[in-house]
Amino acid sequence: MKLRYCFHIIPLILVFGVVQAEQLWKPLASDGLHDPKSPAIGVLQEPADALSLLPKDGVGNKVSWVRALREQYIEPRTNILPETIIEVIDLDIVMEKTGEMPLVRFPHKPHTEWLDCKNCHDKIFIKKVDANPVSMLAILNGQYCGVCHGAVAFPLTECNRCHSLVRSSFLGQPGAQPVKSADTSSTPNSR
Amino acid sequence: MSKFKLFGSKLAFILFVICVSTMVGAEYADVVLNRMAEKNDMRPVIFPHWFHRIRFRCKVCHHELGFEMRAGANEITMGKIIDGQYCGMCHNGEIAWSVDNCHLCHSGKAGLKTGIRGSNETGGPGRW
Repeated sequence: MKLRYCFHIIPLILVFGVVQAEQLWKPLASDGLHDPKSPAIGVLQEPADALSLLPKDGVGNKVSWVRALREQYIEPRTNILPETIIEVIDLDIVMEKTGEMPLVRFPHKPHTEWLDCKNCHDKIFIKKVDANPVSMLAILNGQYCGVCHGAVAFPLTECNRCHSLVRSSFLGQPGAQPVKSADTSSTPNSR
Repeated sequence: MSKFKLFGSKLAFILFVICVSTMVGAEYADVVLNRMAEKNDMRPVIFPHWFHRIRFRCKVCHHELGFEMRAGANEITMGKIIDGQYCGMCHNGEIAWSVDNCHLCHSGKAGLKTGIRGSNETGGPGRW
């Protein structure tokens, strides 16, 4: 009798699981936030319609936003006000107080392609190496990197994206790394 | 407990886990804004980051337009929006739909609390 049970139930579970796995983005009407009776349903764009066209990621919105920008799947505006100065800098900061985990390499480039200096400096991070008592506990509590990572940027389950430098093979000094050549590829929109 | 009952309860557990995991649905980084909406008989506002990220870099809203990067920290009112501040900088009928499309923003379920929604990977840290 047990065996018969398996033949019926397990395939159902597998099909159900596959169906759920395929559904990367919930329809607005069933995302638990939008009111399915709202007149917005049917007018607002469904996430799947837009996000399925962008480079994939396994977490968050399931989209790699940095790749989407770099490979020109999207062309988000850099500014609305004409006098806004755009500053993309290619400066890596290596953080070595990471216990047994690999060192953290913080890359300014992908961050400054999206954010302004003032978004982090100095309210979230003081612009000086070793001036910020960053710890995983603080990050998990929504401070420092955790202001965005876990909310808008990729979540904190992706340890190795930040902890990417194996200690034994890193031969440089912690802190600010030598600046690479000036990046002139990001220029303000003329619109 | 007989072997059959144990099998049945394990099965029930697996089915329960599958069902619960599908209940987590809100799109990552959706922000619920309900400081004043429901008190004024409007549905809470759902702000979708994903739709706006495709069109604008973070710095446009969070530097030029003055949005603080914390849900509920911005005292947004319809008056300010109509005046061209905050959402009204773009939602003026020129860059994006105009402000008389109430229900396109005010589209949330009743009772939602202000805050940013993560996903099952992070329920969001305590400070949010």
